Amino acid sequence: MNKQQHIEERLWEYIDGAGSAEDRLFIEQLITTNQEWKTKYEELLQLQDMLSHLELDEPSMRFTQNIMESISKHHIAPAARSYINKRIIWGIAGFFICSIIVLLVACLTQVNWSAGSSVSSSAINFGKLSHVDPGRFINSTYTTLFMMINVVLGLVLLDRYLNFRKSKMESKRS
Amino acid sequence: MQTGPGDTEIISRVLKGDQAMYAELVKRYQNFVFTITLRYTPAREDAEEIAQDVFVKAYRSLADFRGDSKFSTWLYTIVTTTCITFLRKKRIPVHSLDNERVFEVADNQNSAFRANQVEQKSKAQAIQEAMRLLSVDDARIITLFYQAEQSLEEIGRILGIDPNTAKVKLHRARQRLKEKMEKHFAEVVEELRD
Repeated sequence: MNKQQHIEERLWEYIDGAGSAEDRLFIEQLITTNQEWKTKYEELLQLQDMLSHLELDEPSMRFTQNIMESISKHHIAPAARSYINKRIIWGIAGFFICSIIVLLVACLTQVNWSAGSSVSSSAINFGKLSHVDPGRFINSTYTTLFMMINVVLGLVLLDRYLNFRKSKMESKRS
Repeated sequence: MQTGPGDTEIISRVLKGDQAMYAELVKRYQNFVFTITLRYTPAREDAEEIAQDVFVKAYRSLADFRGDSKFSTWLYTIVTTTCITFLRKKRIPVHSLDNERVFEVADNQNSAFRANQVEQKSKAQAIQEAMRLLSVDDARIITLFYQAEQSLEEIGRILGIDPNTAKVKLHRARQRLKEKMEKHFAEVVEELRD
């Protein structure tokens, strides 16, 4: 950044009222003592004034009427927060987190930790991957545990939902 | 200066079913919205179409306005997304600052301006024309800051950028505007210096 750009940047900050009190005081002193800074400041101040008085463009006379005619055919949509239930989002997140954990545990238990790190005796025997029997994992304890967690999560969500519906109906009646 | 009921009051009345009150909001913000849309497309018909679309969208989603920002900030966010969608549909090229073509386009416009340059141009006219020579990014940020009176934080929220990035972008936009003024409206700039 050259000197002129640097001066302009500092001056714009000063004009916008940004920066700390110390910075502002420092710039203020520079403006009063340094002719270069003073000239640049006055120039930018003029530009700032012109920008502040930029006129707004106006649409056609029928603009508001056109919009009012358009919206008469529409209804205000219910607020997104009223139909997006955060519990459902948390439930879905919980499901995926559980899935990832179960998958990781299943993978880590297959690793032969006592194996060396050389290529010939890799910790994971990739050659045997084609012989993996998926049925073995589906029937494993982890799968049952995973299913249990999801069932519990589902029941908790259902319970909360029913409670929410119940309290909503009660408040409507009252 | 804003007179009459505040935005929040109007919104709550509209939400309660007083649809006619929405006209108040439209009248209050139509010039701001229209000016911003004109920064995206030079055609007034297109800009008006987008602006109308913005107000209809804002009406439909009015229940989503939570009041944690100014209504204008929320509305200008809709303006930005609607303009981008409109330009994509119409396939009007938006000149990004990273795109070198923007300078070529600006230069072509500049030569046309040079031919028609009127010696005694008023300051207001000069700055309006210099604004038209800027890229969409530059013109938009200047419009939001000076005409729509949004703070850097609010601009950040509207454009989905950090307030510090907004500050840098605004600074560069003003610098480029100044360059355009010096290049094409030298007499006006001289007047400023005197």
